[in-house]
Amino acid sequence: MIDFYLDARSRVAPYAQIAQQVRQALRLGLLDVGDQLPTVKEVVAIVAVNPNTVLKAYRELEHEGLVSPQPGVGTFVVRTLADDSLTAHEPLRKELEQWLAKAKWAGLDEESIQALFATTFRTSMKEGK
Amino acid sequence: MTFVLEAEGLGKRYGRHEALADCNLQIPEGRVVGLVGPNGAGKSTFLGLACGLIQPSEGTIKVLGHHPAAGTDQLARVGFVAQDTPVYANLTVAEHLRLGAELNPRWDQKLAERQVRQLNLKPDHKAGRLSGGQRAQLALTIAAAKRPELLIFDEPVAALDPLARRGFLQNLMEFVAELEASVILSSHLLGDLERICDHVVVLGDGRLQVAGEADDLVAEHYRLVGAQGDFEDLPQDIEIIQAAHTDRQTTLIVRSTGPIPHHFTEATHLDLEDIILAYMSRSAYASVTGTAQQFLEARQ
Repeated sequence: MIDFYLDARSRVAPYAQIAQQVRQALRLGLLDVGDQLPTVKEVVAIVAVNPNTVLKAYRELEHEGLVSPQPGVGTFVVRTLADDSLTAHEPLRKELEQWLAKAKWAGLDEESIQALFATTFRTSMKEGK
Repeated sequence: MTFVLEAEGLGKRYGRHEALADCNLQIPEGRVVGLVGPNGAGKSTFLGLACGLIQPSEGTIKVLGHHPAAGTDQLARVGFVAQDTPVYANLTVAEHLRLGAELNPRWDQKLAERQVRQLNLKPDHKAGRLSGGQRAQLALTIAAAKRPELLIFDEPVAALDPLARRGFLQNLMEFVAELEASVILSSHLLGDLERICDHVVVLGDGRLQVAGEADDLVAEHYRLVGAQGDFEDLPQDIEIIQAAHTDRQTTLIVRSTGPIPHHFTEATHLDLEDIILAYMSRSAYASVTGTAQQFLEARQ
């Protein structure tokens, strides 16, 4: 079972935040096919949001073919996002850690590293399109 | 579509004072409605009318399809918690539940007892000795155990600390999910409302300022920033809610159901809180209002 949280200062709508957190859990393998999502009542009891907000998030996930509601029982995961790329996470993380060590060695502070990563990330994503 | 509340030309007068006037409103079923407005805007009057505690001076109001407080049947369908979540100070928690059971035909004792256990309220505790948060939770429990179709709250969380407030809202949302009830609650805490409400009603100066689905309101409102000349060809059907000028720049908050002209590249959406504030300050300061045309004429 996963827990939800809500960032009140975020510009992302609450329902989108909940859907995002489910996709994130699917990507990281925290949720697998056959797992049940928390019921609407459970979610609203934790994050104090409108039940319709949770329903809207679950409907969006259903539309994407990730979950499927079973009336009277609950909502279940039918497809996961943790494909083969999950196995690639670990070596990539190692490389990133090495890169971070190099950046620190070169004298970059936290903010400079973040800025360098953010700008490089944005340009390379744009080129990728 | 069925409506939990319909008002037509609704108004309430106290002597020469108009507490509420010319209110036309339809609230769909199954919503959590946030009723907002500055003090003295007519919120409590509106809620009193919805519960049947106050009779209208003009117009009509229907709640769940009937006149408010039309009979015992209607009373059973609506749960109302007045301002400051009042309880009987000399009665114990258990006596509150017994009173609820005696007075309400649809009373759900199991739900009430489960909730009291979850809240760690001692049944033999006098309600007068409960904390503000516990008192609010007890009032909520009793209103919910009626199993009403509509719950009405007048500023339920105003006096609560942030932790108690969150606890109250969590339980309220849980009841909404369980009972599939509609809710109307008034509050000044716009951040909370953004979280829990999917429909908003803004009152100001005894008049309805705006009402609608939260998602629609967010989609239809924009902030436009530009040089003063930029706004001369603003389409007529764009309503200006707020306008601010400096010598170089004009900032408008507008409502438009259609598209915004392309050259306003700076058009951004506002969050619900900013939209509500714009309407509240419009009614408070009676600043520039009306259509784009009136705005431009006023500037010539």
